[in-house]
Amino acid sequence: MTEANAGVIDHAASHTPPRKRRIRWGAIGDHAVLIVGSLFMMLPLLMVLQMTTVPDVEVIKTGPSLTIGHQLPENFDKAMFQASGFSGQNTGLNMLKNSFILGIGFALGKILIGMMAAYAIVYFRMRFATLAFWVIFTTLLLPLEVRILPSYEVVQKLGMLNTYQGLIIPLIASATATFFFRQFFRSVPEELVEAARIDGAGPVKFFIDILVPLSRTMIAAMFIIMFVYGWNQYLWPTMITTEEDMFTLVRGIKQITQVLEGNRIPEYGRANLLAIIAIIPPVMVVIFFQSWFVKGLTESDK
Amino acid sequence: MAQVSLKNIRKVYPNGAEALTPSSFDIGDGEFVVLVGPSGCGKSTLLRMVAGLEEITEGELTINGRVMNDVDPADRDIAMVFQNYALYPHMSVRKNIAYGLKNRKTPKDVIERKVAEAAAMLNLNEYLDRKPSQLSGGQRQRVAMGRAIVRDPALFLFDEPLSNLDAKLRNQMRIEIKALQRRLGVTSIYVTHDQVEAMTMADRIIVMNAGRIEQIGTPAEIYHRPASTFVASFMGAPPMNLISARLDGGRVMINGDTVLAAAEGSGAVTLGIRPEDVVLGAEGSISFHVDIIEELGAHRLLHGRLADQEFTIHVGKDVEAAPGETRIALKSDAITLFHPETGKAL
Repeated sequence: MTEANAGVIDHAASHTPPRKRRIRWGAIGDHAVLIVGSLFMMLPLLMVLQMTTVPDVEVIKTGPSLTIGHQLPENFDKAMFQASGFSGQNTGLNMLKNSFILGIGFALGKILIGMMAAYAIVYFRMRFATLAFWVIFTTLLLPLEVRILPSYEVVQKLGMLNTYQGLIIPLIASATATFFFRQFFRSVPEELVEAARIDGAGPVKFFIDILVPLSRTMIAAMFIIMFVYGWNQYLWPTMITTEEDMFTLVRGIKQITQVLEGNRIPEYGRANLLAIIAIIPPVMVVIFFQSWFVKGLTESDK
Repeated sequence: MAQVSLKNIRKVYPNGAEALTPSSFDIGDGEFVVLVGPSGCGKSTLLRMVAGLEEITEGELTINGRVMNDVDPADRDIAMVFQNYALYPHMSVRKNIAYGLKNRKTPKDVIERKVAEAAAMLNLNEYLDRKPSQLSGGQRQRVAMGRAIVRDPALFLFDEPLSNLDAKLRNQMRIEIKALQRRLGVTSIYVTHDQVEAMTMADRIIVMNAGRIEQIGTPAEIYHRPASTFVASFMGAPPMNLISARLDGGRVMINGDTVLAAAEGSGAVTLGIRPEDVVLGAEGSISFHVDIIEELGAHRLLHGRLADQEFTIHVGKDVEAAPGETRIALKSDAITLFHPETGKAL
């Protein structure tokens, strides 16, 4: 605001005869802080990127350096297309695929379940609807880590170890999404429901024709949050997947750096490159959806 | 077109509040009935019960002879226009209008033809592909009307459709709605808290207060022969003057002045007279003190005190008036007498 005001004043002043432009030290200070801050945040990433370009031996010998080597194509090839384990299945490409399936399945599942739960709670006259909502809400206090053993047992008994459904389904019941959609649905005007009823739309039609399109910005916002959250899952995939072809990226990277035993040098270049690859999709999702994200959480176009 | 009949319809909410005492009335084919009353008088509840959006606690609602108490709103052959339009924000005007038809599995070509007809009737042709958010309030209201008329319903229900519009647009839409209803000849129930809308649009007005029907009648009946002091003070702007008077030996007296020579009974009484039914002049039998003069261009309102009670007179622009004491006479055929306690007309 002050910047904008300063601009206006400058503009007005420019009508008067040429005058030395005042240096705004405040703005320079602000930008300096921002630049230093962003460099500080990016430095570790840049270091990781640098390490992917030099031979692994050099990382051990010299540690982080400023040299940029020629190993990037080779490391990329190793990271994406060569398997590190015994089965030959856990190539980077395969892990990327698994991560995408987990991330997208996780996000879509959470959105679907959350929306339907919120729809039931908000629009249907049920006994104990509020109680049901608060019970769902309290599950926020019981994250996966708390119930991981029983969850594992259930999944194991259902024979879903090393399957995508085993990876996704136990995680998709979501208090967060239910909460957000409940708040959103409550802000949808009552008359819309009544108009739809008079227009002959039953509950399912109303949900699909009216409520889902109305919620699209909200769905996008939820998708971002949930995709990133699902993508970054570590503990659950580690427990559920024992077969290498089911590994996700986040879990697979660990596997690569684990070979420190013996006289082999850990494949730093490969692991670091995989780490970078693992960062890219969530970043892309956030960049592409961010305008929707802001809309979803702030706009009220009803 | 339809005949609507309500028999002892009553509404009690689960918390025990009685929103509507048992009420009965009939609406004839093609009639335009306006429900009017202050907020919370039960008029919207009544409309919503006719629409099927609110359950009927007791009584019987029939449309064209068919009992509708437990029929789904979609199957009552009604269309409703809401106060805030209730357009589907993500659909174009065309889709908004067509949605009800689509849900009834109407063939595509029929839908297209009907939407085009409705759009032409409402001057919406150039807006068909816009979203509601790109329209003005009046246009949105027209879309809501379009959504109602494409369905060819037996009954239109309007729930304060004009109260979100500014005054000028409201006058214009009032006329448009009335003209449209005339042209289509569809039976209509219209809810409003604005007595001007009620007076100007209705074939018949139903005045409601505190969950009760106060009076049913044509605008002229309601205006000139109010059935209670509530109706008298609610309808008309400025409202009817209500003055306590005494009935004595067949004459109505205010402060010892006889204002009406022939009336039956005796005791306290409330006298009602419209501000325009008062004649200003030295030969008048009653003294009146003018406090404030409101200049309204075409006419003036004189606010003051008559026998120490508030009183308003409506005079033409050519009538001279000044603050202070003056004398007035009441047109005797325009006087209505009310019971002082129950407020019912005598």
